[in-house]
Amino acid sequence: MNMKFNSPLKIHRRTWMQQLQKLALLAFGTYLMPSIALAKKEEADEAIQKITSGAKIQEGRVTLTIPPLVENGNLVVLKVSVDSPMTANDYVKVIHVIAEGNPLPNIFAAYLTPRSGTANITTRVRLADSQRVWAIVQMSNGSFWQGSAETLVTLSACTEMV
Amino acid sequence: MSKTSRSQVTVPATAKKNSIIEIRAIVQHDMESGFRYTESGKLIPRDIIRIFTCSYNNIEVFKADFYPGIGANPLIIFTTIATESGTLEFKWLGDDGYEAVHQARITVS
Repeated sequence: MNMKFNSPLKIHRRTWMQQLQKLALLAFGTYLMPSIALAKKEEADEAIQKITSGAKIQEGRVTLTIPPLVENGNLVVLKVSVDSPMTANDYVKVIHVIAEGNPLPNIFAAYLTPRSGTANITTRVRLADSQRVWAIVQMSNGSFWQGSAETLVTLSACTEMV
Repeated sequence: MSKTSRSQVTVPATAKKNSIIEIRAIVQHDMESGFRYTESGKLIPRDIIRIFTCSYNNIEVFKADFYPGIGANPLIIFTTIATESGTLEFKWLGDDGYEAVHQARITVS
């Protein structure tokens, strides 16, 4: 593949300032209205609705790890771990990862069994923009849990020409 | 003929019975997202791997659905319990008849 990569060293001062502004605005927004800052974008909301079919999602038990600042959105290491005993009666069934700022919010779905031993998945994803990434987890008893992480992307995936 | 490509999987060669082992599976693939354009403005069609499965002695222990949001040369790291000696089979299925298979032996004591 030959893509035109902007060297991270050549980021214009203006771009940099814009990103900085975004971050500041985000921090300020979160400070003022945490509930609004956490609201999901429409498409991501739809994708999550499809997964849960309207069931209630509880906060917690799920840890999603991505670097807080990403230089290149084409390869971002993403780790999901779920707090679960992974026994035959109580295990993680499915892990869905949803990125609210991507053209297609779904990133992957991993199906686990009691034979997985632990619920830790690591992969590399694409992120189109600075955004919040969600992990929606379905347990064996049918309950849904979620976790999320915020990240700042300086060079976006998907938009570059070939 | 269907398409295929190189794949590499890291599995411990030996393991204690009922211990948790980590598996790293990587495969060569562009994962063309279907959101990119050429310089002449033509949309590049989507061409990605859709499904990844891991079978332990022919029993499926892990499965994942991939979407365009997965980066090129998809790497996935997951765990499983070493129950018995045997073969782990990894399979990637994708668009345009893409298929890659990788096998690894494990001795459990």
